[in-house]
Amino acid sequence: MMRSMRPASAEDPEVSPGLDGAWNVLRRGLAESPELRSGMLYTIALAVVSTIGSLALPVLIQQVLDRGLGGNQEPRLGFVLWVCALTAVVTGAIYFAGRAAFARLTTSSERALRTLRVRVFAHIHSLSIAEQTEQKRGVYVARVTADVDTLSHFLEWSGVSWITGSVLIVGTFALMAVYSWQLMLIVLVSIAPLALILRLLQVNLLSSYDLVRTRVGQTLSEISESVMGADVVRAYGLDERIDRRLKGAIDRQYRAQMRAMKFQAMVFPSGNFFGAVAMGAVVLVGVLFGPSWGLSSGRLVAFMFLVNLLTFPLAEMAENFDQTQTAIAGWRKVLAVLDIPRGLEEPSPGVILPEGELSIEARGVEFSYTGGPPVLRGIDLDVAAGAHVAIVGETGCGKTTFAKLLSRLADPTSGQILVGGVDLTEVAPEARRRAIRMVPQDGFLFDGTIRANVAYGRSGAGRADLADVEAAFRELGLEDWLEWLPQGIDTRVGQRGEDLSAGEAQMVALARAQIAEPSILILDEATSAVDPETERALSEALRRLSEGRTTVTIAHRLSTAEAADWVFVFDQGRLVEQGRHAELLTLGGRYTDLYQSWLGNTQLHA
Amino acid sequence: MRAEVRKNEEQRSVFGRGIRIIVSYVRMHPLPFTISLVGGVLYSAATVASTIILGRVTDEIIYPAFRSGVNTRTLWGGVAALVCVVAVRAGAIVLRRYFAGMTSYRMQASLRTRVIERYRDLPLAFHRSRPAGELLAHAEADVQAATDVLNPVPFSVTVIFLVLFAVISLILTDPLLASVGLVILPLLGLLNRFYGRTVEPAATAAQQAIGEVSAIAHESIDGALVVKTLGREDSEVSRFDQRAAVLEQERVRMGRLRAAFEPAFETVPNLGIIALLAMGAWRLSTGAVTVGTMVQVVSLFQLLAFPMRMIGFVLALIPRAVVGRERLQGIFVEPSSMSTPEQGADLPSGPVGVSLRSVAFSYGEHRVLNDLSFEVAADESVALVGPTGAGKSTLAELLVRLADPDKGTILLGGIDLRQIAPGHLRQSAAVVFQRSFMFATSVKDNIALDSGASEEEVVDAARRAQADDFIRVLPQGYDTVVGERGVTLSGGQRQRIALARALARKPRLLILDDATSAVDPTVEAAILNRLRAELNTTLIVIAYRVSAIALADRVLFLEGGRIQASGKHGELMSFAPYEAMVRAYELGAGASRVRAGR
Repeated sequence: MMRSMRPASAEDPEVSPGLDGAWNVLRRGLAESPELRSGMLYTIALAVVSTIGSLALPVLIQQVLDRGLGGNQEPRLGFVLWVCALTAVVTGAIYFAGRAAFARLTTSSERALRTLRVRVFAHIHSLSIAEQTEQKRGVYVARVTADVDTLSHFLEWSGVSWITGSVLIVGTFALMAVYSWQLMLIVLVSIAPLALILRLLQVNLLSSYDLVRTRVGQTLSEISESVMGADVVRAYGLDERIDRRLKGAIDRQYRAQMRAMKFQAMVFPSGNFFGAVAMGAVVLVGVLFGPSWGLSSGRLVAFMFLVNLLTFPLAEMAENFDQTQTAIAGWRKVLAVLDIPRGLEEPSPGVILPEGELSIEARGVEFSYTGGPPVLRGIDLDVAAGAHVAIVGETGCGKTTFAKLLSRLADPTSGQILVGGVDLTEVAPEARRRAIRMVPQDGFLFDGTIRANVAYGRSGAGRADLADVEAAFRELGLEDWLEWLPQGIDTRVGQRGEDLSAGEAQMVALARAQIAEPSILILDEATSAVDPETERALSEALRRLSEGRTTVTIAHRLSTAEAADWVFVFDQGRLVEQGRHAELLTLGGRYTDLYQSWLGNTQLHA
Repeated sequence: MRAEVRKNEEQRSVFGRGIRIIVSYVRMHPLPFTISLVGGVLYSAATVASTIILGRVTDEIIYPAFRSGVNTRTLWGGVAALVCVVAVRAGAIVLRRYFAGMTSYRMQASLRTRVIERYRDLPLAFHRSRPAGELLAHAEADVQAATDVLNPVPFSVTVIFLVLFAVISLILTDPLLASVGLVILPLLGLLNRFYGRTVEPAATAAQQAIGEVSAIAHESIDGALVVKTLGREDSEVSRFDQRAAVLEQERVRMGRLRAAFEPAFETVPNLGIIALLAMGAWRLSTGAVTVGTMVQVVSLFQLLAFPMRMIGFVLALIPRAVVGRERLQGIFVEPSSMSTPEQGADLPSGPVGVSLRSVAFSYGEHRVLNDLSFEVAADESVALVGPTGAGKSTLAELLVRLADPDKGTILLGGIDLRQIAPGHLRQSAAVVFQRSFMFATSVKDNIALDSGASEEEVVDAARRAQADDFIRVLPQGYDTVVGERGVTLSGGQRQRIALARALARKPRLLILDDATSAVDPTVEAAILNRLRAELNTTLIVIAYRVSAIALADRVLFLEGGRIQASGKHGELMSFAPYEAMVRAYELGAGASRVRAGR
């Protein structure tokens, strides 16, 4: 719950080379999504079509005034009617053409986005766990959802208006030049300051929107803190403090919003105003010099309508800047994910492992998470085939990481791991997944039934059916528990298995491992407190699960170590002691320390 | 047919509720709204005026210029009038937009403040009953949805004025041309309405699809480790692709709707203008109107098309606002919090004793505590044990008055909890939960937390909680920022800081609810021993680990909502249920030596 509440504002510092600058992002984005190219063509088609549509009216006006009603001739109503009808038909045709273009534009951009989304999703799953830390996971989800959505909005709203606006402006100026190049220049000169003003406004707008976003994020964090820490707030009487902070954040947000509003309110009106200036200039110059240039009155009137056409797209583009920037930034982040190297190279075809119990060897294994300190420093150990060993140590000593390396969830940064005498990096992926099974600490389950979740344990050829699932529970001695559930094997587990208790989720995870019939079992012992009966059932299930398999248990209870064939003691990434429980106790070292404190905690018979 | 009628009624009622909500907002912030409205009316007047001036310029300046020449003064006068009226219009737009924004943002701020004040006043039980995400959504997204509608309201209202002024000016100019216009306007209105109705379900469906894509992404990426272990990447990708395909469909559906309607918002007015031109040309030929009139009418219609869409925007925002506001109403009507005494009584100094008399408490239907009575003497250390769900944590909360019992009384130092001033109670009694929230601030601040503790007292408390050692090796020591965006602490480290937090207040009553469960056994032993030896308070430890039981002077065995037994641990071992529970704890801790054949 806590994870999903964090606002996905964690910026990745990594920006791939070649993705700096908006144009580079656009270029790369188009390269990665070729469907977008046809989308662009449709957008341009749309722009051309709608420009024609917009320009048709001024042209019509000019024609009607000059040719239909102009000068000293008799009004030619027939002509007027004809040219109006023609324009109406053109307008109608423009509607259908525009509609078709926009529909196709949407279709191709949505297809492109879906493909991109799925590609990025697949890539995320292919990354090694070195890249999949908890913090980054939240960021990845944002990439695949919110960031792609922003892109969608851009491609179908503001992005389109950039192109249609530009084409309209160019078209308008072109038509103006046809009617009177001199007046066109006048318009250009009158509008020029607007471009500068809009640019200034836009810079301020961007920075003030940024501030608003920051403030919104801050308000969200403050509220989130007060809600999630509600019990501490009440137990420690922190109401006033929280109140102050919250009201402060709300107020700051309001002020940032009003500051942005100041600039926002001025964008369209600026366009309006300069439009009027251009209009006035056109009338002035047109009236004073027009006749001597051979300008007709109809053309001058049409000119006024053309000036009107200019101001809206210019102002709209200024307003779109912020949206565009966010979209480009989002696009860059999404593309950057695709650039993260996968990490694990799978061999093909790879070595198939022999049947039965397998030995494990580690030679000089070292590991650190990307950009992090060393977690494992030179581990050498041997596990005989069929042995049940335990790895113990304080929190943070590297034992869980070592377990992950044994299942090849990541490769050691140096050194080797061998199973059954074969280098782990050379084992065929399918064979590896069947032979080595890891049961992680928290029994993560997928939103579905117990049966489906257990069946996941065996995928591909030899898929598990109902009988297999039931057999798995029986073999572990858990069938009673299953019967006790109202829907039995069809009980839904909820998202992440949250509808089950911790102990029950663990049982399902064990059954999932059992059904795979692995040769090597890697268990990261759960630490959550469960009630004694569940505890007993789980211990028994674990015992049965380990039978006939090489088992490596990351032990959090020293009783597990007591019962193991061999114990490895880790301390700050190094293997410091190893041996049988009794021998280790005589050493009076790290193991003894751990054991003593545990004993001190449970002993009552003093 | 019936469904249609019902649907229409629903929509009308949503609209009605929406209008009432908007009116209530305006009442709360009347000034900026009025100014915005004034700006809007000015804008409407100036817009219509600008078209009239354009018409006059055409008639009195442009056409004469081409025929015979024009008076320079008239020319400059006309140009000046044109520029001025548009300047006024531009200024009016600034006014309208700025103050519309102010109204909306002020409303957002005040509504949000009201929500968080409500949260502050509501008891803990309320917070427990809702997921944190929901509470956050109320304060954030619902408030936004409820107030966003305010922004375009002034514009929409002034559009009414715009249409009014336009119609008047049209009728005054030429009734025949006006009649053509009066056909276009309602047509545009209907188009708007129809679009709104049609696009709404499509937009909702798309929203839903996004939600589902997000849910899958969340779950799948969270479980990336397990996906890898099981080799299920391909099936995850195809599962995701399916949902992404649905999203694509919904979006394309929306796109098609937009494609059908949005060009229409240009086309319909344009066709109308063409009709106007044709009719205008005829009227011109009979001398009924001038070119200027035609120019005026055409530019008027061009200016009307966009504002009319504003009404559509507001209509689209109303349902969302109604939903948002009504969700908030749910919180506002929640029964409020616990009574506070008029004159709070003070506790005696030194450690305080605790006394419970026939306390009963239920969570909804479920009776957790039932006729519970016991005493804890001042400065005593007591362990509270019992099976899971026996009500131990509930009891801990009642003891510090995070909730009131349904029946019975709780006395602290001989005084009823309800009579003690809340502030005084908070300073005197402290509870440490199993999972304690870390605020996004420094370690020092997390420990001191408004208690007024000095730096030395903070360090002293940290030392007693066995936290000082690890805090010193953090990047900035006591100044290191923790919490959501700070350094990630392990569970055991967090628990020790939470303990230090309680100790820094030098409480007279300290309650530990499984507060050392994540701490390493060695360290836990050290903490508990020291607490027992040094601390000058009454200590109640809720224990799941046998080690903690050993530390106490006395053990209270809570089961079935009552204290079933009380006494020294040794004495209680002869009580069968107690003994069974302890054995189970030992077993659970794994002292099993039964591993046949190993």
